[in-house]
This record gives sequence, C-alpha cells and structure tokens, in this order.
Amino acid sequence: MNTLFLIQLIVQGLIVGALYGVVAMSFVLIYKASQVVNFAQGEFLLIGAWVCWWILTDLGVPFWLGFPMTFLFMAVFGIMLQVVVLRPLIGEPIISVIMVTIGLSIFFQALMKWMFGVFEQPFPQIFETRSVAFLGLQIQSVYLMSTVVCLLIMVAFWWFFQYSKTGLAMRATAFDQQAAQSMGVSVRQVFAISWAISAMVSAVAGVVVGVAFGVSSALSFFGIKVFPAVILGGLDSILGAVIGGLLIGVLENVAHFLDVEYLQWGNLQRIAPFYILVIILMIKPYGLFGTKDIERV
Amino acid sequence: MAGGLPRPCGDFRTSYGADQTVMADRMSRNWAIGLVVLIALLPLPTVLGLGFDLVDAYIVNLMIQICYLGIAALGLNILVGFTGQISIGHAVFFGFGAFASPFIFNNTGLPVLVCIPLAGLMTAAVGLIFGVPAARIKGLYLAIATLAAQFILEDFFARASWFTGGVAGAMAEPVTVFGHQIFADHEYFYVALGFTIVMFLLATNLMRSRDGRALIAVRDHYLSAEIMGINLTKYRILSFGIGSFYAGVGGALYAHYLGFVSIEAFNILLSIQFLGMIIIGGLGSILGTLMGTTFMVLLPEVMDAGARALQGSIIDRALDLQSSINFLREMAIGAAIVLFLIFEPDGLAHRWRMIRASFRLYPFSY
Repeated sequence: MNTLFLIQLIVQGLIVGALYGVVAMSFVLIYKASQVVNFAQGEFLLIGAWVCWWILTDLGVPFWLGFPMTFLFMAVFGIMLQVVVLRPLIGEPIISVIMVTIGLSIFFQALMKWMFGVFEQPFPQIFETRSVAFLGLQIQSVYLMSTVVCLLIMVAFWWFFQYSKTGLAMRATAFDQQAAQSMGVSVRQVFAISWAISAMVSAVAGVVVGVAFGVSSALSFFGIKVFPAVILGGLDSILGAVIGGLLIGVLENVAHFLDVEYLQWGNLQRIAPFYILVIILMIKPYGLFGTKDIERV
Repeated sequence: MAGGLPRPCGDFRTSYGADQTVMADRMSRNWAIGLVVLIALLPLPTVLGLGFDLVDAYIVNLMIQICYLGIAALGLNILVGFTGQISIGHAVFFGFGAFASPFIFNNTGLPVLVCIPLAGLMTAAVGLIFGVPAARIKGLYLAIATLAAQFILEDFFARASWFTGGVAGAMAEPVTVFGHQIFADHEYFYVALGFTIVMFLLATNLMRSRDGRALIAVRDHYLSAEIMGINLTKYRILSFGIGSFYAGVGGALYAHYLGFVSIEAFNILLSIQFLGMIIIGGLGSILGTLMGTTFMVLLPEVMDAGARALQGSIIDRALDLQSSINFLREMAIGAAIVLFLIFEPDGLAHRWRMIRASFRLYPFSY
C-alpha cells in the first residue's frame, strides 16, 4: 500500500472538498431562504469564472479590480434571476421550481459555450511561485489560495448569520416566513439577497477553480457534485453542507486510491459520490444535520 | 391538471359509464380516428411504389422520432404528471431499452417485433429495482436520487460491454414483418405508428381504471390516498415500472430504427428534454404528451430553418449562427422550458382545451 500517495490524495480531497463545501453552502443558502432547489448552481460557478476571465484577459483589468467587478456583476445577476424567473413561481408545485432551474442551467451552459467557446482557457498567471512545501508535501499555491479563500468565506458566512442584521433577518425568514414578515422583515428582499449572495460566493469558487484548472464548461459539474454533499450533510444545514462537502471530497479521492491500487475500474472517482448519495438516501434521507420531517398516517 | 373539456353548465354526467368515456362525444372520437388515419396515409404512396411521394424521407424521419420519443415521454408523464414522482433519469431507461432489444435478439433469436416489448419488460424490471428506494423518498429527494441513477446507469453502460458493446456501441437488427425486412423509413413508420397507437391506448385505458385513479390520488394528496386504502408503496413502485416499460419500448424502437446504439446518446440532456416535453405538453395529459414531443422535435428544425433563412445576413455574421447552431438549440430547449413554466404552466394541452372550449361555448363565455 502506497501511504504517501494516499495522504497526498486525502489532502487533495480536503482542498477540493472545501470548494464543494463552499458551493454546497451557497446552495443551502438559497434552499433555506426560498425553498428553491437550485440545479443551476454549477452555472453560477461557470458564469462567474468566464466573466472574470473575460474581464482579466479581454479588458486587461488587473486581478485586484477585476475580481470585485465580477462580484458586482454576479450580485446583479443573482437578483435579476430571482426577480424575473423565480418570483413568478412562488407557490407553484416543486416540479415546476426544479424544472425551471434545470431549464436555466442548460440555457446558461449553452450560452457560455456559445459566447466563450468549448475549449479550456487558462487564467492569467496570478501567483509568482507555483508550489509551496508544506509538512513535507508539495502543495500548489493555487490550492493554498483556494483553501484560504474557502476558510475566509466560511468565517464570513458564520459572522454574517450570527451578527449582521440582514443575516439575522434571513435566518428568521428561513425559520418562519410569516412570523418574520409580521416582524417587519421584507421577505422579497431576503429572497433577492440570498440569490445575490449565493451567486457571488459560487462565483468566487468558480474563479478559484478556474485559476487552478482553467475555465471550461466542466466547471458546471461542480453544481451536480453539490447534491451528494448537501444530502450527506442535510439539505437545510449550512454546517452540514461544509462537512458534507469535505467528506465527499475525501471519499471521492479515497475511491480514486482504491481504484488505482486495487480495482482498476477507471472512473470510480467520478461515480463514487453518486453511489454514496443513493446509500445515504436509503438509510438516512435527512442527512447528518438536516431537519427531520415527521409524518405518519 | 388532468380532466376533460370544460362542459357547458347544466351538462352533468349521470352514470359512471359516462364519466369513464375516453372521448367526450362521438364527433371528437371520429375526429381523432380520422386524424390518425390521415397521418397513416401520408407515406403510403411511397411504400406502395405509386411513383409519387406525399411526404419526403426527412419528414417521415421526424414523424418516427415523434413516435418513439412520444412513447418514452408518455411513460415519464405517467410517472411525473400522473403519480407526482419526479424523475431526472428517464434517458437511461430509454437507453436501457435501446440496448436490451438487440441484446435479447442476439441471445434468443426471437423476431424483433417480439424483442421490442420484451425489452420494455426488461427495462420495467430495472425500473422496479430503482423504484424500491423511490417508494421511501419523494419530491426533491427523489429528484436527486434519480439524478444519481442517471449517472450510475450511464457509467454502467460504459462498463458493461457484454450488454452494450461498450464504447464501440451495439448493432441493432432491422425489423422483419412476415419475412420482409424493413429498411426504408417510410415502412418503418408504420411499425412505430402501430406501437405508438397501442401504447397510447393502453395509457388512456390505464387512467380510466382503478389503478390509474389510485396513481392520481397518490399525486394529489398521498396521505389522504393512504387513508383511503391505497397502498402507497405499491403504487409508487408500480408507476416507476410502468414509466420504465414505456421508456424501454420507446428506446427499443429507437434502436431498431437507427440500427446502431451508442452509449453517449443517453446523457442528462436527453433526460431534461423528456421532462421538457411533458412540461410543454402538459403534466398529466396524454394528448399533451404528444403535443409536447412534437414541439420538442420540431424546435431544433425551426431553429435550423431560421438560421438558414438568415444565412449571409448581418445577424448571421454578427452572431456566427451557422457554426453555433448546436448551442442555440440547447439554449432554445432551456428557454422553452423556462418560458412555458412562467407563462403557461399547464402546457399546450391546457391551451388546446381553452381553444376548443371557446368554440364550443360561443357566444357565451361559460
């Protein structure tokens, strides 16, 4: 057994898992606030990464300015999406809401391919040094950046929901919409803000992945990987999303290890999260930290 | 969502028999039969070799597509529209049927026309297996579970080369009727049409029966349904089985039409297209399924025609229409789903009912 290889894979799993965690967090944010399952979460990453890439390369804006510009764009984009597409569907059955996000997802995926092409595009070099030695392991500096960014986002989320007024209003809305409304919380605003934040945070993850691996339509697969993570963590738990993301990242890489060392199946890494997803749904459908819906006949 | 035409007030049904009729009156039944006969006559001159074509091979190809996709979409509509079980993995069941039929033929040597329904049964068995976990979960969780099924079965197709031929794909035998091998599209159309008519009649009949009403009850309020003595587990699994059976038959027809099945054809985009068909047509409407399928099949053709019409113009040069037509098609599918959900959530079937009702009730609005 190749221990060093395993450790390397687990570290890599944690790094990728942190990214899953961030995307899962923004997915859960929308679900908690507005009860919408966003199948277009991966397209948020895709759009964020492409827009940032376009601002940096075609407009020649430096990174420190281009990154906030992407942020601003994504905030407006998220609000527009909620107001124009999702607001008319409030109160419609769940299949309509799911289908509208699926429709948006293929629409934006095709739009991005049309506008930016199907080929992978590298980001301009942002870091001077390519890799850093850390505890005897070689870690690329983009990975280090990704981990730092993920941790920052998680802390920011925690602060936002613990102390800021808007964050508290959002928690109140998630807990009881009617009560929140009667206390003066504007539920419409909360819905719009949650979409804006979710779009922005996903865009950050998209840019990070883009810097690490290059931008291509493969980015939107992150949106599908989110499902195993959120189901494992529990659909309505932000902490669960982070932990679920990390676990899926590690499990996926452990599966890769087993695959390479013993099984030689080929693409177990890609498919393992979905087996995990099905198993969790069978034995513990509300995940590790999700709220249990109890109903009996 | 389901249900017949709005009737003029004062027109009540007084017997169970009247409540169970497929068509509201004799005229609409005659219209329906007449329309089917008319469509069936279209390719006939070519088949008989009369020397002139009413429809060319291209249009017949579209009509065959509508047939096999319509059968599969009808299965999805029974599952989603009638039972309320969301499935985002219908394409893999369609694909399973497409592989199963040549597989059965190669192993048993039964006539292809027998292999097609057998492939449907085999797919139904797989659907039942996936339906067992589905009986425990519902709504959103089920949607995600079927999404996982999509990826797992797609992976299985790539792996199981004894069944699918792996990356190389599988060859499917052409259909033989009374010792006559069918190669031409115009002839195959009759095979597809026959299956379509039978499958649609079966579905219509199912929805008039006790089982059909039980499925609708499960959709409308599953707790009340269970209190009224409907076995939830049984009907949820059953609807998965029926949905997969239809998908399997549709897939088998697809396989024997093309003669070659590749594992790449059954990706998630096809699953989404199936969902788009039933949403555009109308959830819980049998006629709507056919309308939605027609819409989905014709949409890319309309896009192509539009791009051709604009060829060489300023818009074409500015947007680069010719080379990006594939992306435009995908965008059109996505946009159609979103726009229908926002502006016409009950689908084309509802619009059609409104049009008919306004004619019937003219000049009064009720």
